[in-house]
Amino acid sequence: MNNKTKRIIPQLLTILFVVFVFGFFTFNAQVNMDNRGIDFGFGFLKQEASFDMQFTLLDYDGQDSYLWAYVVALLNTLLVSFLGIIFCTILGVIIGVARLSSNYLIRNSAAWYVEFFRNIPLLLQIFFWYYAALRALPLPEGAEPWFGVTYMTIKGYYIPAMIWQNLNIFMYCLIAAVVSIVFIRTYAKKLQEKEGKQLPLLYISLAILIILPGLSFLVGGVTLDFEIPVLKQLATTSYIYEGGVRLPPELIALVLALSLYTSTFVAECVRAGIQGISKGQKEAAASVGLTPNQILKLIIMPQALRIIIPPTTNQYLNLTKNSSLAAAIAYPDLVLVFAGTALMQTGKAIEIVGITMLTYLSISLAIAALMNWYNKKIEIKEK
Amino acid sequence: MFKVIKKLTSFVAMVAVLFAFTTEAMAKKSKTLKNTQKKGFVRCGVSQGLPGFSNADASGNWTGIDVDVCRAVAAAVLGDANKVKFTPLSAKERFTALTSGEIDILSRNTTWTLSRDADIGLTFVGVNFYDGQGFMVRKSSGITSTSQFKNGISACTNIGTTTELNMRDFFNSRGISYEPVAFEKADEVVAAYDAGRCDTYTTDKSGLAAQRTKMKNPDEHIVLPETISKEPLGPVVRQGDSVWEDIVRWSLNTMIEAEEYGITSANADSMKTSDNPAIKRLVGAEGEMGAAFGLDNEWNLRIIKQVGNYGESYKRNIADTGILPDRGPNQLWTKGGILYVPPSR
Repeated sequence: MNNKTKRIIPQLLTILFVVFVFGFFTFNAQVNMDNRGIDFGFGFLKQEASFDMQFTLLDYDGQDSYLWAYVVALLNTLLVSFLGIIFCTILGVIIGVARLSSNYLIRNSAAWYVEFFRNIPLLLQIFFWYYAALRALPLPEGAEPWFGVTYMTIKGYYIPAMIWQNLNIFMYCLIAAVVSIVFIRTYAKKLQEKEGKQLPLLYISLAILIILPGLSFLVGGVTLDFEIPVLKQLATTSYIYEGGVRLPPELIALVLALSLYTSTFVAECVRAGIQGISKGQKEAAASVGLTPNQILKLIIMPQALRIIIPPTTNQYLNLTKNSSLAAAIAYPDLVLVFAGTALMQTGKAIEIVGITMLTYLSISLAIAALMNWYNKKIEIKEK
Repeated sequence: MFKVIKKLTSFVAMVAVLFAFTTEAMAKKSKTLKNTQKKGFVRCGVSQGLPGFSNADASGNWTGIDVDVCRAVAAAVLGDANKVKFTPLSAKERFTALTSGEIDILSRNTTWTLSRDADIGLTFVGVNFYDGQGFMVRKSSGITSTSQFKNGISACTNIGTTTELNMRDFFNSRGISYEPVAFEKADEVVAAYDAGRCDTYTTDKSGLAAQRTKMKNPDEHIVLPETISKEPLGPVVRQGDSVWEDIVRWSLNTMIEAEEYGITSANADSMKTSDNPAIKRLVGAEGEMGAAFGLDNEWNLRIIKQVGNYGESYKRNIADTGILPDRGPNQLWTKGGILYVPPSR
């Protein structure tokens, strides 16, 4: 037996084993489903869903198909994950940096925050925000306006709706502004490398960002109106606000719980990243005359990011998967709507659970791929 | 000589095969029954707590009319109504638990519909409670009829139930836009409605009546008079074991028919000497009523003695607990209701 066959045989055995196990379970499932008269198939996706959802981003009605219900529910999951990731990152960076502050009070409050929120089970926190915190909110008729026009009530947070005219022109201006800022930044970098001159980039960028879209209002015929929520009586003691946009309390509770919980882990990643940079780097930077701000921005952060990104990716993935706890508080996410209601109405357990698992796998892989790409970009480039 | 031996062996083999087949056929009659008798208890799926139907007290004793169906089956096949293992299930989990073989009877206020019966490997064996979907509102809202519902009303309910679909049909047919807030557990629905998250709470009327007793202040809520759907609730078994299906069906039927003939847990034994052959059949004193199921002849007598007839079960669980004192449609056909079961003969 030569070396090559020696190497191949264990691999073949492994493959055979995997195929056997997979085949066994498929066969088993098939036999059991046959015995119980259950059909396998995805035809149900085209059937009318005939149930409603309380909160959707796209138009959805019970007359639409299960497939569309799946898409709409998936978007709800993505919305919660997206908002959660944004807020947990912002909070996490602030808390992480605060943990290294030289101020005793700030440093210790941040430590307390981390220890408190990361050591209570997430589901409990979701229940707390939904059943305890939001329950303490007033009914619509008793709500005091926040900022004059928004109302935080037990039935949700009502905010004014924006009504745009010629929104596309405004969007073009916004894109143009962003493109020109990128362009100016590259130019400024070149200028600095060549002649050592520095442009006041922050002010220039801000000015462009305000002036260009602002022009679209003056010249482009863009108008923006606000539709303010108005109290409407449904019955003697039952009110809602009409007009405007309503953020359901389920969404608010879920985003709050997810971002507070995950931000503690992100904070620890940030702290680890910053502490992972040797003190010599900071001292060397100070000795060539960089200001503390510049040291953080130009020396510490670029190196710290390399340590921060990979573990933070894990936290983003966790947050996305944890968003399935939405089912506990009636937020219509993928698990509640598709793996819940749709599964019940159709009885297609294997198909629906399969699709749901594949979906979470795809979302997670996509986030991981994006973060890996970013990680590659900021890696040390050996020359 | 050889030939004789050959013939003899083939004869013996044939007999053996035949014998194997018959015992196989007899054993195959009900795999579920065999397993249940081997285990020594009936595996029964119930709700996570619905007073009157299936509810556990502090020490873990289950009571309710759904629970009594399982107890009746246990009395029939095992001789002891207490030999039941109850598995509390959410609306979402219930059918999977049954089809996957985790439980053998699902007795959990489950509505009998065409698609459930035909599609998902289930068989409904009968109806033990005729119900219909209704709405509960706060008294202070001044709403006394569903015709007062207005656009924007929010309705709390359970996911994975026919309720969700009926609610849509109801609001759509009246052109009312509404906000459905659907939770997985009944307790969560009640908590959300009680806190003011929703203007109305909708589910089967019996469920509304039962859940009302759990609220902070039951007197502040009323159930609206309208019934928007038919909800015949009944026990369910897995498809494919018709003997087991018959056992569960006739256990339920026995309870209802016993009430019809006035047989109660107290007088069941004395009824053995009755003049009425129908009564004698129901207490195992005439005919061979258990043989077809592979049971002895007193299976139905045990049900009546240990669990009682349907009327006793209803009174004990639903009427005396103040949930629905009036039997409404769940009265015998002889007394103006719609409870009518085929005869045991």
